[in-house]
Amino acid sequence: MEAVTSVEVAPLAPAQASGGVRGWSRGWIAAAIVLVLVACVLPFVASNYRLFQFTMVLIYAIALLGLNIVTGYNGQVSLGHGAFYAIGAYATAILMDKFGVPYWLCIPAAGAICLLAGFLFGLPALRLEGVYLALATFALGVALPQLLKYKHLEDWTGGVQGIILTKPDPPIASLFGLQLNPDRWLFLFTLAVTVLMFLVGWNLLRGRVGRALIAIRDQPIAAATMGIDTAMYKSLAFGVSAMFTGVAGALGAIAIAFVAPDSFTIFLSISLVVGMVVGGLASITGAFWGAIFIQFVPNLADQISKAAPWALYGAAMIVFMYVMPTGIAGALRLAWLRIKRRRGRGSPAA
Amino acid sequence: MSKHNRRTVLAALGLALAATPALAQKKYDPGASDTEIKIGQTMPYSGPASAYGTIGKVHAGYFKMLNESGGINGRKINFISLDDGYSPPKAVEMVRRLVEQDEVLFTVNTLGTPTNSAIHRYMNQKKVPHLFLATGASKWNDPKNFPWTMGFNPNYQSEGKLYAQHILGSKPNAKIAVLYQNDDYGKDYLKGFMDGLGEKGKTMVVKTATYEVTDPTVDSQIVTLQSSGADTFFNITTPKFAAQAIRKVADIGWKPVHYLNQVSASVGSVLKPAGLDKSVGLISMLYIKDPSDPKWASDKSMQDYLAFMKKYVPEADPMDATNTYGLAVAQLTAHVLRQCGDNLTRENVMKQAASIKDFQVPIALPGVLVNTSADDYAPFQTMQLIRFDGTTWQSFGEPMAVK
Repeated sequence: MEAVTSVEVAPLAPAQASGGVRGWSRGWIAAAIVLVLVACVLPFVASNYRLFQFTMVLIYAIALLGLNIVTGYNGQVSLGHGAFYAIGAYATAILMDKFGVPYWLCIPAAGAICLLAGFLFGLPALRLEGVYLALATFALGVALPQLLKYKHLEDWTGGVQGIILTKPDPPIASLFGLQLNPDRWLFLFTLAVTVLMFLVGWNLLRGRVGRALIAIRDQPIAAATMGIDTAMYKSLAFGVSAMFTGVAGALGAIAIAFVAPDSFTIFLSISLVVGMVVGGLASITGAFWGAIFIQFVPNLADQISKAAPWALYGAAMIVFMYVMPTGIAGALRLAWLRIKRRRGRGSPAA
Repeated sequence: MSKHNRRTVLAALGLALAATPALAQKKYDPGASDTEIKIGQTMPYSGPASAYGTIGKVHAGYFKMLNESGGINGRKINFISLDDGYSPPKAVEMVRRLVEQDEVLFTVNTLGTPTNSAIHRYMNQKKVPHLFLATGASKWNDPKNFPWTMGFNPNYQSEGKLYAQHILGSKPNAKIAVLYQNDDYGKDYLKGFMDGLGEKGKTMVVKTATYEVTDPTVDSQIVTLQSSGADTFFNITTPKFAAQAIRKVADIGWKPVHYLNQVSASVGSVLKPAGLDKSVGLISMLYIKDPSDPKWASDKSMQDYLAFMKKYVPEADPMDATNTYGLAVAQLTAHVLRQCGDNLTRENVMKQAASIKDFQVPIALPGVLVNTSADDYAPFQTMQLIRFDGTTWQSFGEPMAVK
């Protein structure tokens, strides 16, 4: 089988952080439900500006989960996921602006387009491994903003000027007597999409598919001998990953209400990689931590020092990687295990 | 005084007060108070356009200087300038912070066409003055649909019109060739130029050629334009291509009257690489004094500028024309605030910005006056023609106005 790798690629995530996704446990589900409920209250206590930032965190979290599927779980490094984010955003903007499609219909449409784009990109990418694949995806991320300016696409993309959108109004004026406005509504809408996407992602990763992806990452030859169709799984991982990121891009376009080539430079792709690694490779909750990092740390750095915000950002990144080599999610898991062990030792039953 | 009388007097007083509220009352919107005026801005301090970040530093320095000398009408300027990295989504986030969290009275000189496009509608929905944008696109002068947005840079169309006027005046039978960048910037210039030529334009312009930003050179375009037999050349290109075009025109021995758009009228980054000897005779436009031009050495505003830079923005290069640009914006902003007096509402800020009459910005060229009105939001419509003499730009003729 040609897809069997000849080069041994070291697993990207250390063993203790790369465990498969577990099935549901009562504690986890309860915690998730409480979190979602708390998030539902958020729009009515936070300012609109903060809410906009939280909306962006949710959007980044979806994108990071997407990137994590292909890079964290499947071991294919992508440095160009900003391109899929851009495709999702542009698909939404063009559908809304040129065809008058309602915004909520644009989300699945953008997801489907990105699923296809990712799958097609994944096919040739199969031949590439490790750094070579990273470079190919990097090229995609670099090229896409320029393609969006292409003359013959200008009627659709608006060229360098981009497309200006209108923020959707809430369908109902109030919810349980609480006033809604476009920002509050958008947050709740994004929250609903986020919950759905994470359920889909969790369901995908906890079962056969997830195990297959991890097997391909860790032991490609063994996986192939066991009968896993590596080529198919790798392409699919790319497709599904692009779909997640595309859905995030679609939500991003609606939240920002504007798309332009300059919105999706290679820096976006790099930010996504940063978020994924800082949050935790091959971790579902890590997507949230990573999203919080890429949304808030640059602002914090800018507040601390006007002169060298990116130096501070870099320093923060190094500290995070040094203190928590398995990402924030990995560090939390290790801490939790340690507490449990200590408790176990302390109790007489153990 | 009887009870009745007193009531009449009070009523009359009340009426008088009601009739002249602007004179008697101080009026404030968010961001203004008895002691402070909050102004917001986003600037690309990082990212691909970070060279422009120095503009924000000049603004901060200028407002600091104003504050040290007592502020404007007794109020200190609280200037909040945030980094947007030239990224539209970041600009949206930062501007929302400025408007909703910091509650600035207005924003000034937010930089970049894509970033300003991203916040254009938001600012107008929020009815926050979106003043003196650092971009030359013509869409910022649209008071009917976007009454809260006003540009600063002379827009490309106006400038194109000025070159057309000059050609009509000096060489009415010119055969013109045009090279332009195939995007909104190039098309804006061309539109203004053709509008300025009017009916005659169709016969006067004998050849146009375009290039893409991604093209390696414009050599073949120049050869095509020369073969059209044109004797006048309007060069609408960004710095890299402008240098190539100037050199190629000289190398193939074409000697047209060569008009170069203001965007590329930089001695250091365009004419030097092209070859100063090959640049002799180029015609362009300026509206702000060029700090590297020796003729301003004894000029009061230039000396003030140099002293100001030394004290408040010592890390920046005073010879960089980007800094004089920053100063011009700050000076115009201060003028608008002085005009507002004690009525610091967003509505009044916009009203004052839209009723500037013949104001001479100190660092702008003499005779280049700022004029705005409720239906014309383009502050600079006068520019100075300049010709390159081999070492520096020499101005000639009176400042020209588009009317």
